[in-house]
Amino acid sequence: MAVITTGKRVRWTIIDVIVVVYALVPVLWTLSLSFKSKATIGDGSFIPQEWSVQSYVDIFQTNDFLLALVNSIGISLIATAIAVVLGTMAAYAIARLDFPGKTALVGFSLLVAMFPQVSLVSPLFSIERSLSLFDTWPGLILPYITFALPLAIYTLSAFFREIPWELEKAAKMDGATPAQAFRRVIAPLAAPGVFTTAILVFIFCWNDFLFAISLTATTRSRTVPAALQFFTGASQFEDPTGQICAAAVVITIPIVLFVLFFQRRIVAGLTSGAVKG
Amino acid sequence: MAEIVLDKVTKRYADGALAVSDVNIEIADGEFVILVGPSGCGKSTTLNMIAGLEDITGGELRIGGVRMNEKAPKDRDIAMVFQSYALYPHMTVRENMAFPLRLAKVDNATVTRKVEEAAAILDLKAHLDRKPANLSGGQRQRVAMGRAIVRSPKAFLMDEPLSNLDAKLRGQMRTSVSRLQKQLGTTTVYVTHDQTEAMTLGDRVVVLRGGLVQQIGAPQFLYDHPANLFVAGFIGAPAMNFLPATLENGSLSTPLGTVALTDRVRRAAEAADAPREVIMGVRPEHFEDASLVDAAALDRGASFDAQVEVLESMGAEKFAYFSVEGGEAHASDLADLAADAGSAGVPDTGSQVVTRLSAASAVAEGQPAKFWFDTDKVQLFDPASGANLTYSAD
Ligand SMILES: Nc1ncnc2c1ncn2[C@@H]1O[C@H](COP(=O)(O)OP(=O)(O)OP(=O)(O)O)[C@@H](O)[C@H]1O
Ligand SMILES: [Mg+2]
Repeated sequence: MAVITTGKRVRWTIIDVIVVVYALVPVLWTLSLSFKSKATIGDGSFIPQEWSVQSYVDIFQTNDFLLALVNSIGISLIATAIAVVLGTMAAYAIARLDFPGKTALVGFSLLVAMFPQVSLVSPLFSIERSLSLFDTWPGLILPYITFALPLAIYTLSAFFREIPWELEKAAKMDGATPAQAFRRVIAPLAAPGVFTTAILVFIFCWNDFLFAISLTATTRSRTVPAALQFFTGASQFEDPTGQICAAAVVITIPIVLFVLFFQRRIVAGLTSGAVKG
Repeated sequence: MAEIVLDKVTKRYADGALAVSDVNIEIADGEFVILVGPSGCGKSTTLNMIAGLEDITGGELRIGGVRMNEKAPKDRDIAMVFQSYALYPHMTVRENMAFPLRLAKVDNATVTRKVEEAAAILDLKAHLDRKPANLSGGQRQRVAMGRAIVRSPKAFLMDEPLSNLDAKLRGQMRTSVSRLQKQLGTTTVYVTHDQTEAMTLGDRVVVLRGGLVQQIGAPQFLYDHPANLFVAGFIGAPAMNFLPATLENGSLSTPLGTVALTDRVRRAAEAADAPREVIMGVRPEHFEDASLVDAAALDRGASFDAQVEVLESMGAEKFAYFSVEGGEAHASDLADLAADAGSAGVPDTGSQVVTRLSAASAVAEGQPAKFWFDTDKVQLFDPASGANLTYSAD
């Protein structure tokens, strides 16, 4: 093992701190802005001089933000669920079976992932208008699934490939039906992969701005990232910075909860010990 | 408990590879049968067909007299121990061993009792609540065995179960597998690469080569009476020595000199209508340091001089290696054996001969020495077909 000298440790600590600060400053700045009172919002100090939760109160006083939050949660959850279920089946087949057109399928999903989404916005807009999908939940869920699926398939098939398939044979020998072997042996081992994928897909849907701004028109289906754009102060002349920051903080919370909730299940190396190792 | 019959069983994989062809094996109830052969000869395929993990392309598999070809693995009531152990990583040792019983909907009290019993037999009681990841290789192997024995299946199938253990542990586990099988009296089919396991564990050994059965018999019988060159070369370590030889009216000219054939060998060769050019096989232990052989024996065998190249003194015995002029024995069987031993492509430098001498022998490395070998133990093979010309079933 390499000897860690004091000099090395100091260097690493400095680098770590720089990285963490670089990543966290904008977040903390947003947090700070959201807690500033209207009068001090432009004072440029990092720590609020005058603490206030007025911005939070404001955003929950109008219906717009609450509706957007409901849209965001609903659309993201539904899209995640569908993408993960479809992705699981596709990845299982890719990792496990040899079927004609397998390489084509993998290549095609890669193609979808690489497709520039911006170029699809105008066609999608026209298509959704004529199908009356514009400004509806399905109107966002459908493109989200399309673009989340390649991500899901890739992550999941990487996980599935790690599962020692001899376990499935062992289960069959132990008297399990194929369904029992899947449910009692393969599924528990695949779970961490499925949860990881669910988190990634959820974050992807939750953070999307491009489709949300182009394929919605009203609070019927507008999600939070898009809704933030339409924030105005109580009067036209009021600066909505505080509210926008408060809203940004609020919409970060579900992601943090989501990750914390599933983190426990993402235990690395769960499959170690199955085989010789 | 049941007998297993493979009746003209054939396996052709989807890609057209013929892995097992026309295999007939009758395994009696309670018998311990070993499948050996070089890598890729179809051992695992045969085992998987018995297990039901691979479809049978042709022929019939019967267990306890019932046709099994179409039955799912779970309906065959057979337990299998995998080379990789295939333990369920998310379950404790106890849950791993209980899994087959839970699937069979056995009640809790019985599950607990059976698991405890198996754990006691396998010395796993202290580890029941641990996860496989935290166990040593030997312990994992025992858990895999435990999972197989808990539900008292009709038969055990084991695919190189000990090959992942180090040499010492393998020795220990070998004796415990043997003891366990005798204690339970369950029909067992065991695949191995290991000479010692093949010789010591089974009641009978099946030698496979390229999907074809070469010979079936008790280990000692295969050692003494190999049906062909392949079996002769495969069974035994160090392997039998093969030298090209020419049969000429009652004597055999070999790179070790011309030797007179004994009556047994001559009669057998005549009966088999032996060709002129043959391959002579002599086991290392049928050589001896000529100075240690008494006069009467000297007359029964043949003596020759050779320069000892390498001498390995094992304490209880000595292995002396030398090479002889006069070319190498050639046959397709031998090429296969060389490929399996990893020596294919080694340049042709004449024949290497291995001899096993008593510890009392005074031969020294680099020195010439006089050797003797027992001509009555010589076996002759047909280079074209590989068949043993001196084969007899007694
Ligand atoms: N799934 C498969 N598809 C096609 N061919 C296969 C498949 N599995 C095995 N084979 C072929 O069948 C032959 C026998 O394979 P098998 O695994 O039974 O060998 P083995 O005797 O168990 O060898 P080893 O000692 O290396 O385990 C080999 O030639 C192999 O290439
Ligand atoms: Mg094998």
